[in-house]
Amino acid sequence: MRQIWIIAKRELQSFFDSLIAYIMMIAFLGFSGFFTWLYGGDVFFVGQASLQTFFEVAYWTLFFFIPALTMRLFAEENRSGTIELLLTRPVSDWQVVTGKFLSTVILIAIALLLTVPYYITVANIGNIDHGAVITGYLGLILMSAAYISIGIYTSSITNNQIVAFLLTIFIGIFFHLICGILAHSMGGTMGTFFNYLSLQNHFNSIARGVIDSRDIIYFASIITLGLVATEATLARRNASK
Amino acid sequence: MDIIVKNLTKTYGSQKAVDNISFHLKQGEILGFLGPNGAGKTTTMKAISCFIAPTSGEIEVGGYSVKENPDKVKSLLGYLPESNPLYTDMGVIDYLKYVAELQKVPKEKVKSRVAEMIAVCGLEAEKHKIIGELSKGYRQRVGLAQAMIHDPEVLILDEPTTGLDPNQIIEIRELIKRIGREKTVILSSHILAEVEATCDRILIINKGSIVADGSYETLSKKATSSEIIHVGIEGGEFDTVYQALKELPTIAMVDVKSAEENTFDIQSKPDMVSAKAIFDLCVENKWYLSQLTPIETKLEDIFHELTAN
Repeated sequence: MRQIWIIAKRELQSFFDSLIAYIMMIAFLGFSGFFTWLYGGDVFFVGQASLQTFFEVAYWTLFFFIPALTMRLFAEENRSGTIELLLTRPVSDWQVVTGKFLSTVILIAIALLLTVPYYITVANIGNIDHGAVITGYLGLILMSAAYISIGIYTSSITNNQIVAFLLTIFIGIFFHLICGILAHSMGGTMGTFFNYLSLQNHFNSIARGVIDSRDIIYFASIITLGLVATEATLARRNASK
Repeated sequence: MDIIVKNLTKTYGSQKAVDNISFHLKQGEILGFLGPNGAGKTTTMKAISCFIAPTSGEIEVGGYSVKENPDKVKSLLGYLPESNPLYTDMGVIDYLKYVAELQKVPKEKVKSRVAEMIAVCGLEAEKHKIIGELSKGYRQRVGLAQAMIHDPEVLILDEPTTGLDPNQIIEIRELIKRIGREKTVILSSHILAEVEATCDRILIINKGSIVADGSYETLSKKATSSEIIHVGIEGGEFDTVYQALKELPTIAMVDVKSAEENTFDIQSKPDMVSAKAIFDLCVENKWYLSQLTPIETKLEDIFHELTAN
């Protein structure tokens, strides 16, 4: 556990040192703030004391920001060869993978924490459904964790950050959008299948304030799959190809 | 701490990078790995440092198997990879602290170890810089510092002196020798003089197999059995001296170096020595010796002889 934390700490430090963390947070707060308070279907337009708009905006902004955060994690180590030094320290492959995963989850959590003033403001305007806000945040964290694990996996299979970024968007868009659309248009067994795969469905159901074990299992499966696949990629160096 | 490598084989596809290598390295030995490019030096070092798993064979470091106790082995090892990869966005001190923590150096000792490594590796003037701003030589020092930060029992250095200037090379060699008195060191190099200067034992590998193993002395004896002497004789005519030398019974070949200065390279017949005969010849003819130097077989020659096909 200590080793995981040391790795996570360094990655987090690196996010801040390289200014990626600041840029990401400012952009995230800027986008979500703009759409929540000023433009289109904002809080005042809807006329309800709810953070639904914010969650909808965050759902999309995070989808684009996360690949930009994760693309560096392994691709850069693969390119520069530092992966060799890292894996010859007394740490297991799994600790390296989870350490890097944890660092990005923490960064996203910090970014989300900075939006708490939105919640406090809205709560002062009218009666807000506190439960829905908490589960909304939980949904965002789970969704982020799922995309982070996918992002880490794509980063581990390449030494080019741009490739990792695009691959994450490419894989992500299926969960994010396409599965939902397919579920709509197909119906039947295939419809149910795609309906289950659609991340949007699971996110919406959590954001509405219902925590269903099926949704939790869904996110947990994507996260585990991504991390295990990453570990398998690292282990490939041992294979006699 | 001993390192035992037993029948190590590593294949990539159909290509055997390392083919059935075995050796036993004792504590306090400095082993020099020599070989042409692609001979399997780096692959062997990667296998010992637990980066890649061998296809077959056993590696033990201090009695711990690389396969069963990789974490234990990794904590005993300090490793400097070939291209000296470093996080270029980190500061020197931050990086060394991070490595010390990962290597499980006790918290209260981290600071003093980092300071010590900075002093030992001569990084004092550059310690506040970002690694990316350092010159190649200083990066190499950071690479050495990170390998030694946890005071490892075994040091594995893949081409440790690349990119250093001659003074630094001498410093680093001295450092390696000093460490080698108590610790076990494996280093690889193309620079034969370096291996000659620092290592107690030399292992030459070619195409994945060991072709020579021993100290510099034993290897040089193995390579050539007949001595070569560089001689200069004055006080006589060139032709007479040349003829007289050629007629000496112990001498196999006389190679004229300079006719004006009467200098020759003389190769004796196998297992014979010619110095006394040459001296007697000079006394007899009232010539005198201006030079008499045995030419040692260079590691270059051994290396060339063993690895050229």
